[in-house]
Amino acid sequence: MVKYIGKRLLRSLLTLFIIITIVFALLRLMPIEGYFQNFEKMSATQIQVGLQQLGLTDPLPQQLLHFWQGAVQGDFGVSHKYRVGVDVLEIIAGKIPLSLAIGLTSLALALLIGLPLGILMARSTRTRWKIGDKLGTVFVVVIQAIPSAIYYIFIQFYCSQLPGFSMFFDAKRPLTWILPICSLALGNVAYYAMWLRRYMVDEANKDYVKLARAKGVPTAEISRRHVFRNAFVPLVQFIPTSVILTLMGSLYVESLYSIPGMGGLLVNAIQIQDNTLVQALVLLYAAISIAGLLVGDILMAVLDPRITLGKKEGGR
Amino acid sequence: MAIFRIKDSKTQALADSLDRQAQRQFTQEELFQFAPYDPGAGERGGYSDYSYWRSTLRAFRKNRVAMFFLCVILATLLFTFLEPLLPYDREPNTIYYVEQAEINLFTRKPVLDEKGNPVMKVSRATDRAPGEEFWFGTNSIGQDLWSQIWSGTRNSLFIGFSVACVDALLGILVGVLWGYVRKLDFLFTELYNIFDNVPQTLIVVIISYVLRPGMGTMIFAMCLTSWLATARFIRNQVVIIRDRDYNLASRCLGTSTGRIITKNLLPYLVSIITMRMALAIPAAINNEVFITYIGLGVPLETPTLGNLVEAGRKVMGEAALRYQLFIPVVILATITISFYIIGNAFADAADPKNHVN
Repeated sequence: MVKYIGKRLLRSLLTLFIIITIVFALLRLMPIEGYFQNFEKMSATQIQVGLQQLGLTDPLPQQLLHFWQGAVQGDFGVSHKYRVGVDVLEIIAGKIPLSLAIGLTSLALALLIGLPLGILMARSTRTRWKIGDKLGTVFVVVIQAIPSAIYYIFIQFYCSQLPGFSMFFDAKRPLTWILPICSLALGNVAYYAMWLRRYMVDEANKDYVKLARAKGVPTAEISRRHVFRNAFVPLVQFIPTSVILTLMGSLYVESLYSIPGMGGLLVNAIQIQDNTLVQALVLLYAAISIAGLLVGDILMAVLDPRITLGKKEGGR
Repeated sequence: MAIFRIKDSKTQALADSLDRQAQRQFTQEELFQFAPYDPGAGERGGYSDYSYWRSTLRAFRKNRVAMFFLCVILATLLFTFLEPLLPYDREPNTIYYVEQAEINLFTRKPVLDEKGNPVMKVSRATDRAPGEEFWFGTNSIGQDLWSQIWSGTRNSLFIGFSVACVDALLGILVGVLWGYVRKLDFLFTELYNIFDNVPQTLIVVIISYVLRPGMGTMIFAMCLTSWLATARFIRNQVVIIRDRDYNLASRCLGTSTGRIITKNLLPYLVSIITMRMALAIPAAINNEVFITYIGLGVPLETPTLGNLVEAGRKVMGEAALRYQLFIPVVILATITISFYIIGNAFADAADPKNHVN
């Protein structure tokens, strides 16, 4: 177990290293306007001096080394456009709690609705008309097939006209939290309902379930104690990844509702071309998602004793 | 017995004779007699005219919803490509001018001359509601939305198809090599584990940020990582069927690797590849909408559904202008839902387990 986690961790670190190097290399291709606040008014010498001060005229390997030294010590440079001269990490740290609060609440909501919906759909496949399953499938298809960008817009527009709701987010008014959280949750609700249904239907066709049914175990009992538990294990792996996906999805939702969180920040930084801020944010997102995958794999291995870690023994 | 739909004479004859036997009234003595042993009957084999593609098509045709959406998507595709040939077609980027009553900017009322008639003036045909002259209305700078939308649909579909094609091509190439050549398996698996961890949205965002915005950049950014999943999928399938007996036999008989791959392995994978392509198209179109919203999309001279939705979103606040959002959204949703449903229905139909009955 420890060996597996160690190996997995090493691989994640390697991935992170490669991503950072690639992102670093790509950002050197960027127009240099992103490093100055009033680029148009500066003379050529001023630009040259400015670049030299930032260390951008050094040869590339040296720059990379320099960047790495900074990154290890937690120094990602200062913002040049968003808030001039402020440490990038400081800007980001101020935004994380809000994004996290919204992301986690929406995920909890998604699980709370998505799992019962999945169970309902799976159970209804055994009834005559399968109404629950059909309605649920329509919902899943609509949510999955229509670009999320579009239903976010519609939710924002139509629901904000209800009394008490607003087009924009205000941390002090609890009602304004509802719309962004619900929008973020929708995608995950469909996702969890769909997969739980599929795994439960697969599980319900297995021999041991058939035996239980033949013995006369009540249907509710079977679906709760046998089918659901086994079907839920593969889903556990998705949960950490969904935390990341909510963070990613929040790119859109946060800027739509002007929530002062991280997702909105990345969109903002891209629009005003603040190179250092984009660089740091991309790193952060990559690190979070890699960590999420790692946690997901470990969580699944811990929950399901049938999964053996490390080398496969006696495989095909 | 009417369930048998196979219109083959032999099968039909067999079914009929079975039917007759089942319906025959047996007398009491006949029912309790030993059946005589007939060695010929034991040798009689069943007759099967099973064909994979015919069964797949049959299963697909039975799915009414999928057939409906297939018609919808075919009609849309046909119309999108025929639209530029229609009479009354307008150039999507031309700004139109019409003679209209001048409006006072402050009072928002028509300006009147001494006789009380409105002053006419030639100005941009901005924000015209859908009507006889502009079928889908005009946008905020006076371009014709009808031609903008169809040209946008064309461009978005082009992006989707290109991404799907590259996805399939690279995915098959790498996936088959990865699965079939044992020496490469370790290397590719490690590489995959590393690169699969990178979130795709981030890569698309970064590439669009760094390169000059345009159709090429957009397609390149989306192609860069999407084929990884396809390659992985195909690799798993290839590993499963690589060592089946018939492949072993082929290898013993000295068939070249290339021939085994193209004749023995790939036909198995056609259904998977088609399904993945059908699902890659709506995904690419969705990505395009998202990228446009962040401000990294295709320049406005090239209308795409993403650009049109984004333009419509900006004027959504005014009830009279909402058609600028609704029309592109309806078309976008039709296309993505159709592809999604067709892809899933095809995947179900291609599964031999669903070919029985």
